[in-house]
Formats: sequence, C-alpha cells, structure tokens
Amino acid sequence: MTTTTDLVSYEDALASYDPVMGLEVHVELGTKTKMFCGCSTALGQDANTQTCPVCLGLPGALPVVNATGVESAIKIGLALNCEIAEWCRFARKNYFYPDMPKNFQTSQYDEPIAFDGYLDVQLEDGEVFRVEIERAHMEEDTGKSTHVGGATGRIHGASHSLLDYNRAGIPLIEIVTKPIVGAGERAPEVARAYVRELRELIRALGVSEARMEMGQMRCDVNLSLMPKGAEKFGTRSETKNVNSLRSVERAARFEIQRHAAVLSSGGTIVQETRHFHEDTGSTTSGRVKEEAEDYRYFPEPDLVPVAPSREWVEELRAGLPELPLVRRNRLREEWGVSATDMQAILNAGALDLIVATIDAGADAASARKWWMGELARSANESGTALDELAITPAQVARVTELVAKGDLNDKLARQVIEGVLAGEGAPDEVVEKRGLKVVSDEGALTAAVDEAIAGNPAIADKIRGGKVAAAGALVGAVMKATRGQADAARVKELILQKLGVEG
Amino acid sequence: MSDQIIKLTAAETAAKIASGELTAVEVTEAHLARIEAVDEKVHAFLHVDREGALAQARAVDAKRERGEKLGPLAGVPLALKDIFTTEGVPTTVGSKILEGWIPPYDATLTKRLKAADVVILGKTNMDEFAMGSSTENSAYGPTGNPWDLTRIPGGSGGGSSAALAAHMAPLAIGTDTGGSIRQPAAVTGTVGVKPTYGAVSRYGMVAFSSSLDQGGPCARTVLDAALLHEVIAGHDPMDSTSVDEPVPPVVEAARNGSVQGMRVGVVKQFRGEGYQAGVVQRFDESVELLRELGAEIVELDCPSFDLALSAYYLIAPSECSSNLARFDGLRYGARVGDDGTHSAEEVTSLTREAGFGDEVKRRIMLGTYALSSGYYDAYYGSAQKVRTLIKRDFDKAFEQVDVIVSPTTPTTAFPIGERADDPMAMYLADLCTIPTNLAGNAAMSLPCGLAPEDNLPVGLQIIAPVMKDDRLYKVGAAVEAAFVEKWGHPLLEEAPSL
Amino acid sequence: MPGITREEVAHLARLARLELKPEELDHFAGQLDDIIGAVARVSEVADQDVPPTSHPLPLTNVMRADEVRPSLTPEQALSGAPAQEQQRFKVPQILGEE
Ligand SMILES: [Mg+2]
Ligand SMILES: [Zn+2]
Repeated sequence: MTTTTDLVSYEDALASYDPVMGLEVHVELGTKTKMFCGCSTALGQDANTQTCPVCLGLPGALPVVNATGVESAIKIGLALNCEIAEWCRFARKNYFYPDMPKNFQTSQYDEPIAFDGYLDVQLEDGEVFRVEIERAHMEEDTGKSTHVGGATGRIHGASHSLLDYNRAGIPLIEIVTKPIVGAGERAPEVARAYVRELRELIRALGVSEARMEMGQMRCDVNLSLMPKGAEKFGTRSETKNVNSLRSVERAARFEIQRHAAVLSSGGTIVQETRHFHEDTGSTTSGRVKEEAEDYRYFPEPDLVPVAPSREWVEELRAGLPELPLVRRNRLREEWGVSATDMQAILNAGALDLIVATIDAGADAASARKWWMGELARSANESGTALDELAITPAQVARVTELVAKGDLNDKLARQVIEGVLAGEGAPDEVVEKRGLKVVSDEGALTAAVDEAIAGNPAIADKIRGGKVAAAGALVGAVMKATRGQADAARVKELILQKLGVEG
Repeated sequence: MSDQIIKLTAAETAAKIASGELTAVEVTEAHLARIEAVDEKVHAFLHVDREGALAQARAVDAKRERGEKLGPLAGVPLALKDIFTTEGVPTTVGSKILEGWIPPYDATLTKRLKAADVVILGKTNMDEFAMGSSTENSAYGPTGNPWDLTRIPGGSGGGSSAALAAHMAPLAIGTDTGGSIRQPAAVTGTVGVKPTYGAVSRYGMVAFSSSLDQGGPCARTVLDAALLHEVIAGHDPMDSTSVDEPVPPVVEAARNGSVQGMRVGVVKQFRGEGYQAGVVQRFDESVELLRELGAEIVELDCPSFDLALSAYYLIAPSECSSNLARFDGLRYGARVGDDGTHSAEEVTSLTREAGFGDEVKRRIMLGTYALSSGYYDAYYGSAQKVRTLIKRDFDKAFEQVDVIVSPTTPTTAFPIGERADDPMAMYLADLCTIPTNLAGNAAMSLPCGLAPEDNLPVGLQIIAPVMKDDRLYKVGAAVEAAFVEKWGHPLLEEAPSL
Repeated sequence: MPGITREEVAHLARLARLELKPEELDHFAGQLDDIIGAVARVSEVADQDVPPTSHPLPLTNVMRADEVRPSLTPEQALSGAPAQEQQRFKVPQILGEE
C-alpha cells in the first residue's frame, strides 16, 4: 500500500471536469432488539452473548420483522421527503461472507420502503443545496471479525479470525442519493454537509444516535468525473466506510484529484472499491469488480410483504419533530445571528446546549456568548467536546442570571464558571466559597473612588475638562483596588458624579 | 403382548394409556423393541433416543398417577423426521454436513409434541435436505420399503413412512415441499397429510424451499393423522408465514367421514403417459367408490398444471441455493480442510463439496443459475407467474368442487437404485403432488389398494382448498372406512411380515 | 435458451462455493443441461401479463414488538462451533480485501 498515487491539483481538476457523486449511508437504528429477532442490541457486551438461533443463522431458524425498525424506516423516509411504499418486500442479497451467518443479507431490493425524496443541506456560507434521495431501505448488520496473528489486527497476514455475532442482525437503514451533479468545486463540501445534515436529522427523529465514531453511521462515497459540459457519467470508484464528516470531504476531494490525474493522462478509471486512510487522507485500491457482483436477489420467502397503511404513515408524519434545517433557520431568526455564526455554533456542537441554556432562563445573547466564548475555549484547551464539559446548561443560565442581577460582573462570572468546571460545585456554591461578589457597599466604593481620584490628579483634571473616555483609567484603578469585585458601570457613574461631569 | 401393542392405532393406544390398561412406558418399550428387531433391515431411524423416549413415557405415567388430565395423544410414540431441531438430540437432515450437530433449541413442532406428551422415539431417515423422492439421497444410506425391502419407501420422508408401515411407531412427522409426505405415504400404504401452507410452524424445521415447505402428520389411519394434526398445527409468532387462524376441525371431520352430496373433481391433467396401469386402475375404482358413496364427480381442466413440475424445479432449487448457503463450516456442523493451508473461503468450498451429496449440489447450482442476472426473468420470474396461474386454476376448480382427487404418485415403489442417476425420472414421482405445494392448499394421501401387477400399495390423493384441511379428513375417513369394509382389514395387514 | 457448458458449471460452483472436482464438472454439466432444457418451458408465460406469486398465502405486515427476548448463552451459541477461541467462533484466515 505504499505506491504513491498521481494527483492533479484540485483547481486544475475542477477546471477540466465536473464531479458526480453518489452517497450511500448506513445507519444502525437504536431499537432495543435486532431487526429479525429479539436479541438485545446493547453495545459493549461480551462476545456472542447476544445471539440466538435466528441471528446465528442456525438451521431451521426464521426471521420476524421488528415493528419499530419498520416505523423508524418510515420516519426517516418521511423526513427525507420520500414516498412511502404502499407495499414492499424484503429480499435476499446472496453472497458468502464469514461475518454474515446466513450467507445472505436480508435487505430490500427493487421495492424499498421509501423512495424519491430529497434533503436540503446548508453549506458553510448559508447556501442551500438540494440532494435528491433515491431510496431508503431496511436491512441488517453483520457480525464482527477480529484478525489474529498478523500485524495490528489487519486481515493481511493474519493466521486466523475470531467471529462475534452480537452485532449481526442489528437493523440498518441504507440511504442512497441520486447522482449529485452540479456541485462543481463544492462537491466535497456538499458531501460533508449532506452527511452532517443526515446525522442531525436521524438524531432529531430519535431513531439512532448516529455516532460515526462508533460505526452507527457509515458512509460510502461514489465518485466519477465527466469532462466539463459532458452529460454522460464517467466510471465511478466506491470509497467504502468513510467514517467521519471530515473524512467524507477529504475522500471526495482526493478522488476528484486522483480521477483527474488518471483521465488527463489518457488513462481509464477502473470500477473498484477503495479504502480511505485517515492518516494520509488518501484512498487505495480495494477489490476490483472484474465481473459485476451477482447477488441473485429474490423476494425473502420467510417474510411476508410490508404494507404500511396510509393511516399509520400519516400518523407518523404528524408526529415528526421539527427538522434540523427548519429549526436552525427559526433559531437563527429568533437570535438574529448570521449564517456564518450559526455555522460556527453548529460546528462547535453548541446548538442544543445554547437552546437548553435559554430554556433554563438565560437570554439568547448571553447563552451564545458563554458557550461560544469562555466554554468553547475551555473545551478546546482540555480537548473535550462541549457537551462533555462539567457544566450544565442550567448552571450556565444561573451564571447569566447572577450577572443580570448585578451580583456578578463578567470577570467574576468567568471565575465562577472556572470554579464549576473545576468541580467546586454549583455556581452559587462557587460564589460563596470563593467570595466572588460584586462590592455594592456604596461607602466602600466611594472611598475607593476618592482614593483613585486623589492618586491620579492629572487624569481627574482631564475628565473634569470633558474627556470622559479617560474615566476608564480611574475605573481600572478602582477595580484593582477592589480586586475586581466592583460593578464597573457603577464605579464609572460615581467617578463622573464626583468630578461633576455628566455621563 | 408387545406384538399387539405395536399394531394398535394411536387413538387406541392413547385410550388404553388414559384408562390405565397400558402404561406409556410399556408402549414405548414395545416400540423400542420393535425398532431393535427390524430397523437393521429397514433403516428407518438415523437416531433412536431410547433414554429420552423412556423419560417422556415415565413422565406421562407419573402424570396419570397424579390424576392429571392427559392430552389425546399422551404417551403415544412418534417417529420424528430428522429435519426438525431437537434440543440435545442430533439433527442431521440426512446430510454429512450436519453430522454430529446437536441443536441448542427445539423446533416449535418439537415443543408442541413434547407439550402434548407425545413420546418422541427418535429421528427418521430422509433424502438429504429433503431433496428426493426415494430416501436414497440420505448421506446415511437408503431406507427399505417394508412391503419390499429392495424398493424405495418414497421420499424425502421415507424413514417416517417406513417406520409406520413396519409398526415401529403409530405416528410420524413428515415435511412436504413437493410431495415428501404424500408420496412416501402412497408407496408404503400409510396416510400422510400436507396441511395448508402456514398451518404448521416451520420454526426449527431446516429449510429446503421456504415458500413450499410444510410439516404435517403421518399415521396409519385417517383419525390418527387428524389427532396429530391438531397437536402440531396452529399459529406460531416465530414463523412470519404462519396462518393466524383457528385450526380447522380436523378431528371432528375424521370422526364423521362422509362424501354424501359432495362434489369431487377429477383433473384431466393428472393422467396419461407415465402413469402405471395398476395405479390408474385403483384410482378409477376409487372414483367409482366415491360415486357409490354419494359424491358427484366433476371433470376439471387445469391447463397450467402441465407447467407445475417445471416451475417447481426452478423455485425449489432457487430457494434452496440461498437457504443452504449458511452451511459453510464456520459456525456449526462439519469443517473440511482447516489444516492451516486454506483460507476461510477455501474451507467453506471444501466443506460444502465434501458435505453435500450430488442431488443437493445439483439443486444448489440449478437455483444459483435460475436466480443469476440475465436468467432471473426467464426462469425464476416465469416460475412465479406459473405459480399464479396454478393458483387461479385451483380457485376456478374449487368454485365447482369441494375436493379434488388424483393418484398420489404415477407409479408404485420403484426398486432402489433404478432412478438414482436419472434426476428427471426421479422428479416425475412428484407430478401430482407439486401443484398443491405451489398453490399452498392442503392435500392427503391414503391407501386405495395394491397395484395388480406388483402387489404394491397405491395412494389416493385428496386435495382441498386453503384452510379447508378438515375436508381431507371428512372425505378420507369415508373412503378409508369403505375400503376397510371392502377388504375386510386395513391394507397394511397384507404387507409381508419382517 | 443456451445449453449449460462446463465453464458455466464451474462459474456456478464458484458462486455457490462448491469445490467441484473436474469429473463432477462434466457430470453436472450434462445433467443440468437436461434439467434446464426440461424446465425452460416456464418461459412460455414470460410475456404474459400475470403477477408473480412469491408467497403462497396473501399475508402482510407480520411484525413483532421491539421487546428483548432471552438470547442463547455463549456456550449454547458456540456449542456447534468446529473451533472456538475467546468465546468467539474461530475460523481460518479470511481472504478479505485490504
Ligand atoms: Mg446495503
Ligand atoms: Zn438473535
């Protein structure tokens, strides 16, 4: 795998070719049980503790469809603006694979439960791109193999493999886009935005946590190039299991550059699967499809057709939550923030935290300020996700409340947050323990102001002469004297008052 | 004494156990002794579960002593086709690839038998994966027909039919994908019923062709079959294709046999070339008998039946090519070639090559072919259309008649080895039984005499509409009673003693 | 319909994971050709406007509630395994892709 791949620059590639993408995303549903048997889907259990005759493919065992799996599929289909089939069947996809106990995957073929939809995705600058959805269908996951005896657990060089079927049979929804054309140089960005949008949507529906790092959501990136202006698609490559948002974008970008290099030097693209490497951001050749896979699909005879009643479909449609893009646009308007700011909030994973903080009583601007400022910095420094910080939205809301009441100023509030993050307790406890209260005793404040004026006669004169801006220096001196525990606005008021200047 | 016990019907045996005249242990021991005495010659069983059977029998006797109410077949021994999983008891499906496999679970049917206190004597021989009409395809050697041990006992359920005919058990279980209950019943002079598709759970029944397979009762009398039918049928949530409706009143029908005023159909397509003269003769006499018993005979034309065999030999192999993919030597059963020089993929191919017999390989390849891209529409797709046409022919027929009758199989038992390497000739044995598998409706075979030319049993097939299984028993009981009266004894009494 | 050649049988055997011996290829080619030749009759109805029947009975929407049922114990699950290690099914090296 050390052979280097010729690439042309991204700009040059796009100058000559138009990319066409197809994205296939597999989502593991968060149902309690597997798609066709009652085994638990809980993660992290000991090997082969969650298997039964059905998901082990023992002779004689038969599948029974998980109703919640079907319901989730319909919800996803509806959220993707798809038609929901009035009648559809499962089909067997026949191929041998040690991770797959029956040596066929129970899937859907020409009769998917959902088809012909679209998903609007928003790019960084706010532009909305519509991705057409070909289909969403139900199927089942495979087991997991561990390769023993070779280097670093890879297949290559392994002496044998060990199979655990706890995951075999977990419900999957496969979502396939129609060819994405017209994205031009933004194709990789569209790919990333699509997968992100899909992830948000799946989470909003509550059908899966869709955690890519846990394999609950996996993306295959199909890509081809055609000469600018052409209409006939080129030969595609299929980059399998690209499992982070960043990787989706990088894989698309790399394949554009690689395809362009091959094509512009007069070569032809081989239809093949490719593997993406996180470390280098490159793809390498997997299996060449010298003959089209012959999966010998046929209707699954052990299962009867699924014919969702229109009443059920409409009931599910009525129960759909507000979809992410709609919600984001609504919040953007309510909060009065720009598309770019909203994007930054999303990228930081702060949206739900801000909403929760507002729900707990904070005003929108403060909630945003703390999560995107102090807390984002803190998360960044400690290398944790925002939602893993040791502070709750309710606690942040309490801090903003103390500030609004004048009990804390910004500087003190930061110290309170620091204390909460350090595990010193809830905001009020930190205020108590650290003695962080604004000095509101007018007598003490007046004394400090007098002292500051006496100590800085030159500045005092400037202020008396009308240079109100110079008051900042005196405010600073008072703040210093009170170790920050004064309300800066009140201090400024007192100074101007003493010096007989109107603010 | 033992000799008399094994000649009893299941109904009589159950009555004697319930009344205390016999104990379940006595009954079980009598049958185990019979197996011991004759099964070396017949080879009906692949596995005799002596200890398990006696334990079950003791439990029945204990129940009775405690005064608990016993079910209608409590304590009656049964021979179970080796296609149903039995927890802790080997299940091979007649194949080397499952040699030594001990399932960790019971089939639904196994559970129901146990719950009804039926005593499971052991597992019976069969064509490998139920593919065949002679039981010669068993990896464990053929079974002999108790009427003539050099002849086949039918298949795939030849072990079950031979066990009944040789009085090794009064009850047996078969499975019928293209005739594997009915054809063995016909050639051994016993009774076999393929219930409506979905009537008996397939959970734990090793799949051959999922959309055709159906388990069912085998016995020596129509009433015994009905009693067993009632025990094993009924909805099972573990089988998605299971019918969620009450079981038709089969026992009541078997106790009240009659054809008076019924319309009985005779299908033009079920005769002609390939039918043995003695079979046709006995069939025609049966039709005459039905008329005498008060039935109205109606001639029927079902043109699509001519395509049934072809459709069957595309659909069944297609489904089996997929169903049998799981036998890959990785999780259970045999493994061949794991010597450190072969990959998992190679071990799978070597295991399947060594573990499957010729007929199984043939059908897997045939099915692989029929499903492959480029051929699907012409073969599998067309076969599914034929299936629709056959259903329509049946629907039309049942507008005119209550049941249809035909010979069960075109010939009597043929000699072992005669068709062994001529698959097409073998397939013809299922000519009359296959249409009902394709359409899903119910059918029975019961003895209607011996063919004059070879003195071997001939079967009469009765076909009923979907979920009208009770009609089989009503008509079957009437025909059976009339024949027994005419012959002066049940047909099996003419079988040579072993 | 084309006849079945030896090569085609070899291809089918590969798809079906059967390590057929050379003599079996010839044997099966002849037999499969006979059988296909006989059953090809069904294609007479290929053009007819008839819906296909995949299930003998017209059942739909058979589903179960999403409720956990007991699994097998790992001992039961692995009881038939030709080889096992670390409570997993042990299989020879998988010739996967990489
Ligand atoms: Mg898929
Ligand atoms: Zn399971």
